[in-house]
Amino acid sequence: MNETLRLRVNGQDFELQVRTHHTLLQVLRDQLKLFGAREGCGVGMCGACTVLLDGQAVSSCLMLAAQAADKELLTVEGLAENGRLHPIQQAYVECSGYQCSFCTPGFILTTLALLEENPHASEEEIRDYLAGNLCRCGSYVKILKSVKLAQQQMLVSKNL
Amino acid sequence: MYPPKFDYYRANSVDEAVSLLQEHNGAKLIAGGHSLLPLMKLRLADPGALIDIGRIASLQGISHDDETSRIGALTVHAAVERDSQLPRVLTEAAGWIGDPQVRNRGTVGGNVAHADPASDLPTVFMALGAIFEMAGPGGSRQVDADDFCTGLFMTDLNPDELLTTVVIPRAKNGVGSAYAKMFNPASRYAMIGAAAVLSVEGGACREAHVAVGGLTPKATRARSVESALEGQQLSEGLIKEAAAQIQNDLGDDLIGDIHASVEYRRQVVPTFVQQALEKAWQRAG
Repeated sequence: MNETLRLRVNGQDFELQVRTHHTLLQVLRDQLKLFGAREGCGVGMCGACTVLLDGQAVSSCLMLAAQAADKELLTVEGLAENGRLHPIQQAYVECSGYQCSFCTPGFILTTLALLEENPHASEEEIRDYLAGNLCRCGSYVKILKSVKLAQQQMLVSKNL
Repeated sequence: MYPPKFDYYRANSVDEAVSLLQEHNGAKLIAGGHSLLPLMKLRLADPGALIDIGRIASLQGISHDDETSRIGALTVHAAVERDSQLPRVLTEAAGWIGDPQVRNRGTVGGNVAHADPASDLPTVFMALGAIFEMAGPGGSRQVDADDFCTGLFMTDLNPDELLTTVVIPRAKNGVGSAYAKMFNPASRYAMIGAAAVLSVEGGACREAHVAVGGLTPKATRARSVESALEGQQLSEGLIKEAAAQIQNDLGDDLIGDIHASVEYRRQVVPTFVQQALEKAWQRAG
């Protein structure tokens, strides 16, 4: 079955013909050619497919595209503005918060959801919030460092 | 990984969902999809048709009156976690489900209707004495939490019915509740979950509702623990003795796996019952 799907991705409106048995991840990658969200496990355990749905971190592999109708999505491609990396992206670069980087877009988006929701998150809260994102290279120590750096810089820029 | 192909229908009301269920034999309801889609991708389920109930407004959200809280089946775990008017045993358990991505999409109704033995909420709702409201072709009906899950992944729901609301009593003064859990370190499903609701008056336990899950095929009411507490003056010693009574409630059909064997779970379950009781007692005061 097909359906006409309207959704807003990274600030841009789209109207797409989608197969109703396709996941949101499939539509993002195959139709919109946004390759930041990745399929790791495909069953909602690894977080590599994380996108923000109306500001909240969700697994795009466990959502049908049809379920995202009329929703607002943010993928990692929507973070940089005018060629300038988002402070979270910049912090991951500066701290080398990755090795192979397969998991990085998911981590960055979960970090964004965390810092929007809880700008003063403690280390324990950061660890708990990132529990749904796995890094098989094991870069967790540097990921944690990246989140803390991003947090500092976002607090400064928001005068918090 | 792709699910097998299926037809997709969107229901805009409970009545429409019920008639779609009647029209499409073997169809499954999809809400958050966090249990169903993995099962389909792993080829453990191939329903042929999915009925999306995710946009039915009457199934969304939580409402409170003086006596009860009504939790719509589509309420996500993150919303339960954040609602400070709900009993602690429930907000605590909801906050420990999976990870943020799971809690943002996974629904209360989907969780209990899936009846996974490692789920937290069936155990919690049993301890709270919840009532499950269901809608079907003949209208709506209610069933007690004790009777809702009938076995491993089995519930009292008929194929043409859907769960609409979970009704629980409001948290009251003198009543404390808590959840204690042994996490699967990877999935954070419960290997053991213990839920306790204690009503305390003058230092004595007036009423106790206790349930365990994770190690039994379905959530199990701990009646021996309850009767060891009720009418007694509460103390750490009494709670420890009462928690040990859980062995009489477990039965012989326990779940074990590579993470924790049947023998191990049986050995440590009193500790979790004790933790839940101690926290509930503290919170009652």
